[in-house]
Amino acid sequence: MKWDWSAVSDFLPHFWDGLLVTLQALALGSVISFALGLVWALLMRLPTRWVRWPVGVVTEFVRNTPLLVQLFFLFYVLPEWGLTFSALTTGVFAIGLHYSTYTMQVYRAGIEAVPVGQWEAATALNLPWRRTWTAVILPQAIRRVVPALGNYVISMLKDTPMLMAITVLEMLGQARLYSQQHFQFTEPLTVIGVAFILVSYLASLLLRALERRLVR
Amino acid sequence: MTTGLWELVLRGVWTTIQLLFFSALLATAVSFVVGVARTHRLWIVRFLAGLYTEVFRGTSALVMIFWVFFVLPPAFGWQLVPMWAGTLALGLTYGAYGSEIVRGALNAVDPAQREGGIALSFTPWQRMRLILLPQAVPEMIPSFCNLLIELLKGTSLVSIMGMGDLAFSGNLVRLALQQSAQIYTYVLLIYFVIAFLLTRLMRGLEKRLKRGIGRDPLAEPAARDLKRAQTTGVGVGGGAA
Repeated sequence: MKWDWSAVSDFLPHFWDGLLVTLQALALGSVISFALGLVWALLMRLPTRWVRWPVGVVTEFVRNTPLLVQLFFLFYVLPEWGLTFSALTTGVFAIGLHYSTYTMQVYRAGIEAVPVGQWEAATALNLPWRRTWTAVILPQAIRRVVPALGNYVISMLKDTPMLMAITVLEMLGQARLYSQQHFQFTEPLTVIGVAFILVSYLASLLLRALERRLVR
Repeated sequence: MTTGLWELVLRGVWTTIQLLFFSALLATAVSFVVGVARTHRLWIVRFLAGLYTEVFRGTSALVMIFWVFFVLPPAFGWQLVPMWAGTLALGLTYGAYGSEIVRGALNAVDPAQREGGIALSFTPWQRMRLILLPQAVPEMIPSFCNLLIELLKGTSLVSIMGMGDLAFSGNLVRLALQQSAQIYTYVLLIYFVIAFLLTRLMRGLEKRLKRGIGRDPLAEPAARDLKRAQTTGVGVGGGAA
């Protein structure tokens, strides 16, 4: 086994580009998944089963099928329907959609964990339903679910390399490009492997700090 | 879609199922070994097992697959068949997730059970095999079921390395037909059906295991009712005295 440090230093500029794209995809994907997941969770609480049923079936389907195939689906099928987006946009949307079906369950658990007394107090104070949700239920529910949502951000980070399959040049994409051009596989792949461990470790430290502040 | 293309898809399904089976076996073995090692009394064993979990949970499964396919052969001179390379990468990664499940379930067993084993002078290995694991395993099944679905979704990653699994055959059919919507819908549906069958299978397994230790999930509410109906006996003693 031979290790070539000059390959590492040659690869580093590409690595930073890749890291930037990875973090972009992660940030945007998280925002989409948090927002969409909340929408799913709220739709699942509607009294009519004509909404709950379709939403339940669709999210169950998305959750139990591979993100990779969903990426291919969006990347190749949307242009056939006349919708053309950049690869990164498609990838971010796919990741956000896939993980929204997970965050939806997190939100549901958080909403169910709000004590019944809070609902009853909101009714007793005659709050309109909009204020019941925005001022009473959601602030308490979201505070509880931050750690669980953070765990999904870390899983999302580890799924971003799949974007490489639809030509996004994130960390793994950059590593593959570099190794195919210079025929050195060991160094770039090891560098990004270590980078993934470091980033997810830092993220988990950050998350633990956040958890201490929010969950009392 | 012609019959030939369907045959291609079916061959992809078979490869996916084989890969799923082998990597699930490896992942189960890894998760039990590492999970039990994380409750070991020597700190060095606990530390090494924890290090393994952190490293393999920290990297992405796809990066691991690339590493096994491209770095292992020149570095150590091992050239693995794609099926075994995929099994190794997936099994080691998902085994690290599974070890957390095993550790959590072992820690959740009532400490009195372990103390009972010590009082009966069981060896640590006997305690693990006869007391802790039979009670912990049924509790692990729901989490392992989720992990198995994740693993099924993970097997699609090997298609990036050119292995002919279901996702890969989907790509081939797309190239042949120049039509994406139909074939990808079929592929997604097939994955969904496999996941559904796996969920059913694991639920059946959980029921059997729970019955094996006399803990019927259906019987638990009845036990709670019984407890509520019992009298506390507070007023009775006072009346007699």
